[in-house]
Amino acid sequence: MIDTETVTPSAPSFSDWACPLPLRDYPTIVLGHGGGGQLSAELVEHLFLPAFGTADAASLSDSTVLTLPGTRVAYSTDSFVVKPLIFPGGSIGTLAVHGTVNDLAMSGATPLVLSAGFILEEGLPMATLARIVQDMGAAAREAGVRIVTGDTKVVERGKGDGIYINTSGIGVVPAGRDIGPSRVRTGDVVLVSGTIGDHGMAIMSQREGLEFETTITSDSAALHTLVAELLVAAPGTRALRDPTRGGVASSLNEIARASNVGIVVDEEKVPVRGPVRAACELLGLDPFFVANEGKLIAIVPAAEAEAALAAMQAHPLGRDAAIIGAAVETHPGMLVSRTGIGARRVITMQIGEQLPRIC
Amino acid sequence: MKYLTEFRDGAIAQRIAAEIRQITTRPWAIMEVCGGQTHSILRNGIDQLLPPEIELIHGPGCPVCVTPLEMIDKALAIAARPEVIFCSFGDMLRVPGTDRDLFRVKSEGGDVRVVYSPLDAVALARKHPDRQVVFFGIGFETTAPANAMAVHLAKKEGLKNFSMLVSHVLVPPAIDAIMRSPTNRVQAFLAAGHVCSVMGFWQYPPLASQHAVPIVITGFEPLDVLEGIRCTVRQLESGEARVENAYARVVTFDGNQPAQALLEEVFAVTDRAWRGIGVIPKSGWRLSDAYADYDAEHRFDVRDIRTVESPKCRAGEVLQGSIKPTDCGAFGSECTPRTPLGATMVSSEGACAAYFNYGRVVQLERVSA
Amino acid sequence: MCLAVPGRIADIFEEHGTRMARLDFGGIQKTVCLAYLPDAVVGDYAIVHVGFAISRIDEASAMETLRHFRELGILEEELGEVADHEYSAPTPCPLPT
Repeated sequence: MIDTETVTPSAPSFSDWACPLPLRDYPTIVLGHGGGGQLSAELVEHLFLPAFGTADAASLSDSTVLTLPGTRVAYSTDSFVVKPLIFPGGSIGTLAVHGTVNDLAMSGATPLVLSAGFILEEGLPMATLARIVQDMGAAAREAGVRIVTGDTKVVERGKGDGIYINTSGIGVVPAGRDIGPSRVRTGDVVLVSGTIGDHGMAIMSQREGLEFETTITSDSAALHTLVAELLVAAPGTRALRDPTRGGVASSLNEIARASNVGIVVDEEKVPVRGPVRAACELLGLDPFFVANEGKLIAIVPAAEAEAALAAMQAHPLGRDAAIIGAAVETHPGMLVSRTGIGARRVITMQIGEQLPRIC
Repeated sequence: MKYLTEFRDGAIAQRIAAEIRQITTRPWAIMEVCGGQTHSILRNGIDQLLPPEIELIHGPGCPVCVTPLEMIDKALAIAARPEVIFCSFGDMLRVPGTDRDLFRVKSEGGDVRVVYSPLDAVALARKHPDRQVVFFGIGFETTAPANAMAVHLAKKEGLKNFSMLVSHVLVPPAIDAIMRSPTNRVQAFLAAGHVCSVMGFWQYPPLASQHAVPIVITGFEPLDVLEGIRCTVRQLESGEARVENAYARVVTFDGNQPAQALLEEVFAVTDRAWRGIGVIPKSGWRLSDAYADYDAEHRFDVRDIRTVESPKCRAGEVLQGSIKPTDCGAFGSECTPRTPLGATMVSSEGACAAYFNYGRVVQLERVSA
Repeated sequence: MCLAVPGRIADIFEEHGTRMARLDFGGIQKTVCLAYLPDAVVGDYAIVHVGFAISRIDEASAMETLRHFRELGILEEELGEVADHEYSAPTPCPLPT
């Protein structure tokens, strides 16, 4: 068991971090690091625990006992696979924390603890792993959540993309809070917390064969404090979504179906950064389908829309928030957008991965 | 972005549309040849601004849609080989061959990669001298200079491990074939601006006069497309049939001469099958004899692959404008964007996929109204 | 056929014996082949398709087209058209005001 009392880590400094002995003997991951023996223990003790700020080696045990405030618990799990592992604005480590924190936050929960499961590929440079787990530790500290249990396995070289991470998370939900994709009603208002498409295009800019130079960085961020502010201003909030894979298009389509309402958005009101728009033009992609890792969509009753907007804009992660559309009675289950020339188009969910097109 | 944003102005779009409504007195069927224009029309809803008399027929100018099934089967066979790195534009990966697509070949172990430019494939060939790098060279005249340069550079550098599976198609023979079709309904063409940026439009005046059909070189932004339609309607209404350039900032009469020179060297005109349409004489390019060594069809000996297309799919008639997607028996039942029979259902701007998606909204609105 | 995007030539150089350029597309940069535009210079705008600059954009023609569009608008306003046509305007987006 790991002590659930808060451990305040000393201020992290990564610039001069060096892997302590005896890890230094292995500049890369070897199969033995997943074998449950000394090498595994050293990995946890010398790399994971310092990075996560959970200094108690007792967390080597298989489970952890928690005392949680309240009885309504939100529980979520997410697995992370991304290429490249490190990208402008973050790494698979930041995503692994933010992703699960955000999944919890979207049901109105306050995230408390995370687990971290690692599948490492033999040959992964130790320095890369160190950077990733430090990113996880930093992201967790910043979000005020603790990584309390974990597991590591190693697969043979060629059987993985360096590292896969699974995180599960637990959060508590205040009594009476009821947020879900099926609660939207006609007349409700759709907001987005900021510019869309930043994460997906930051990743795309690094892909072999598609590279371009850009200042676009991933928007990876933990959104639960933004959600907290939003829910104070708009307690009647119906639905929250973080539009990750599949982008805003998928999130709004899912909500439209779950609530059996139509959703109409005004394309010109959806905030998109210039370079993201330009990259989409160049590759023939649509920002509506591009992934975000630090944005949310909120659907609120019309009476609370202005307050919700003001609350989001007052938060650092919601400065570019905007009202982008509404739930309507017509075309239930479908997402329709009003285009720049005042016509309409249907935005469906994409079928697979979004691919650059020439046509 | 300069030269894009100005040509998307909503207020001016409404005004050009109003002008079109004002000059239209009777029904006209206009084909936009190019898939890029179809995409722009659907993406922006340009057709919704037009008077009901104007029917836009989405033409065969989507290289993904018209690449013959047989060529896709050849691509799948080559991509499955262990020594091959198969490079393609992203659009082609989901296009169904006889029993699978490139995604599936990839899942079964084929090394299939999406590239932005054919030069990226040449770079891969330099980087992996022990592998065979094959580029799927599809496209119209716009893409051909890029593919020609890739083969040209590979030959110049002596990159023996680079080859190209070529399935190039040409616009003027397609326009000619459509006008000769006994079921043709097309009365005017929006010609593809980017094809003409390479080829110029010296090939079009004979077509316009021979078939008495207006041809207007048209761009891709909403204002460009609307202006192309406006010029077309003005000609139709006054009984004219000439070539007009509504995309003068990009297209000149002569086109890009250095590009045409290399195309002449690298490619040779050939008869080409168009998916769903059939063989159109002299409607494609193959590698010229001087570049035959770089032809993937020869190198991997897939010339014997012969494929018959599904008789259920009527994509060809849709692409020629002789039927609407909804007239096809498979539409919406056997054939949906999830389970496409033909390429017009694959890409979101394919005529069938567009009808499928937008049609559902109109239907639902009718029900709720 | 053919997604092609305008960009501004920022730098011209040689790579593998081929004329190349860095183009700026509204905040992102990409290297493209400039072999087909032997006369293009830094500062010119070109249309790029699959990594190749295929046509130089003629500034004067662009201005002329835009001026022509604006005149269409003025003409249309003077005539006060649109209203009596059977065409129905697209349903406006029911956004809160």
